[in-house]
Amino acid sequence: MRTALILLRKDLRLELRTLETVPAMILFALVTFVIFHFGLNRSTIDGQLAAGVLTATLLFAAMLGINRLFVAEREQGGFDAFLLAPVDRSSMLVAKAAALFVFLAALEVIAVPAFGLLLLGPSLGPALPGLILVLALADLGLAVIGTLVSGIAVQTRARDLIGPVIGLPLLIPALIATARAAGPLLRSVHAPAAPPGKWLAILALYDLVFALLAYAVFDFLLEE
Amino acid sequence: MVDEPPAIELRGLARYFGERAALRGVSVRVPAGATLAVLGRNGAGKSTLLRILATLLRPHDGEALVFGEALPRRGFAVRGRLGLLAHEPLLYRELTGRENLEYHARLHRVGPARVQQVLEAVEMERRAEEPIRLLSRGMVQRLAVCRAVLHDPQLLLLDEPRANLDPAASGLVEPLIGRQSGCTRVLTSHDPRAALAEADLVLALRDGRAAFVGPPAEIDQAKLDALYA
Repeated sequence: MRTALILLRKDLRLELRTLETVPAMILFALVTFVIFHFGLNRSTIDGQLAAGVLTATLLFAAMLGINRLFVAEREQGGFDAFLLAPVDRSSMLVAKAAALFVFLAALEVIAVPAFGLLLLGPSLGPALPGLILVLALADLGLAVIGTLVSGIAVQTRARDLIGPVIGLPLLIPALIATARAAGPLLRSVHAPAAPPGKWLAILALYDLVFALLAYAVFDFLLEE
Repeated sequence: MVDEPPAIELRGLARYFGERAALRGVSVRVPAGATLAVLGRNGAGKSTLLRILATLLRPHDGEALVFGEALPRRGFAVRGRLGLLAHEPLLYRELTGRENLEYHARLHRVGPARVQQVLEAVEMERRAEEPIRLLSRGMVQRLAVCRAVLHDPQLLLLDEPRANLDPAASGLVEPLIGRQSGCTRVLTSHDPRAALAEADLVLALRDGRAAFVGPPAEIDQAKLDALYA
């Protein structure tokens, strides 16, 4: 855990210094909301459609972050420097997943209120507590799977293609569960206070399975 | 009387990249505290050998022992005892020199006083707060030397260690990576004369095979010419 914190601190410092990833993710999400606004030819949306638009937009914005997650390690020798240190290699998985989780949270702090202003019909306020829970579980899955996929992709020459090609199919179940969990919260009428437990449980199980899988295989990804 | 184990022992070492053999049947024994100069043309396998010793690459055949520990299986036992100075400085361009060294110091559980000590040793303490991307190649190389020796390694793996260094800077890094360091060293150089002057033992590689293994006194101009022909 100590090593993971050292790596996380370094990653966050690099992002704050360069502002390469999170601003691009935010900009992408905002532009996508505008495209949906005009593409759907509707001033407001609600319910399952709103949940689908929000989830898909956040997922595609996340791909930008996933694609860049290991770029500094590959291009500036961070992998070698890390592998030379007498530390647990799995700490890089934990640190990178935590960094991606922070990036996604930063994205959502801007993108979700913007979605509320630009597209969402009902007020965002009542749905927010439940939505935060759903998005936190979704972000956990995105962070773990994104780190795993990015770790694979960065070892290849076509890393910009490999990330989405492998990552998006793996993330389809998480996308479905997130949208289904968020849909009822975004209804105009009879919106429940809490998201459906079934879909939250599926999301949580999905996160757990991929966290264990990533932990099992990540060491091998770091070897040349 | 028991013989002291060698710092490095390679027996029939081989490494392939696809069909191409980067190293084949390389055997050498380096006593503790000695300097091994690895010579050869571009692509002869010098950097591959260093990366195997640094535990960054797996050998495909043969044995590689560092401090008596078999690689890669026991790599974790030697990682903290070796320092690698590679072609790339292994420093983040957007972080300052000090931030980079502090990051490495934390990974190696080294205190911040050591960071200041190595910065002063290479006279980089006044430029240590600037991002790496703003520094000249020579300055970056001095910081890379700092990174490689930060944790007081017993084995130094030096790939072209004086690249980009002017004579003054070369003198500054000498106590850290030169013979005075007291470390066992494996060094590569495209300047065979300079490498031979520092070496106790020479491994000359040609197309991944050991063309010569022995003391520097036994490698004459004809052998050098043949090696680089």
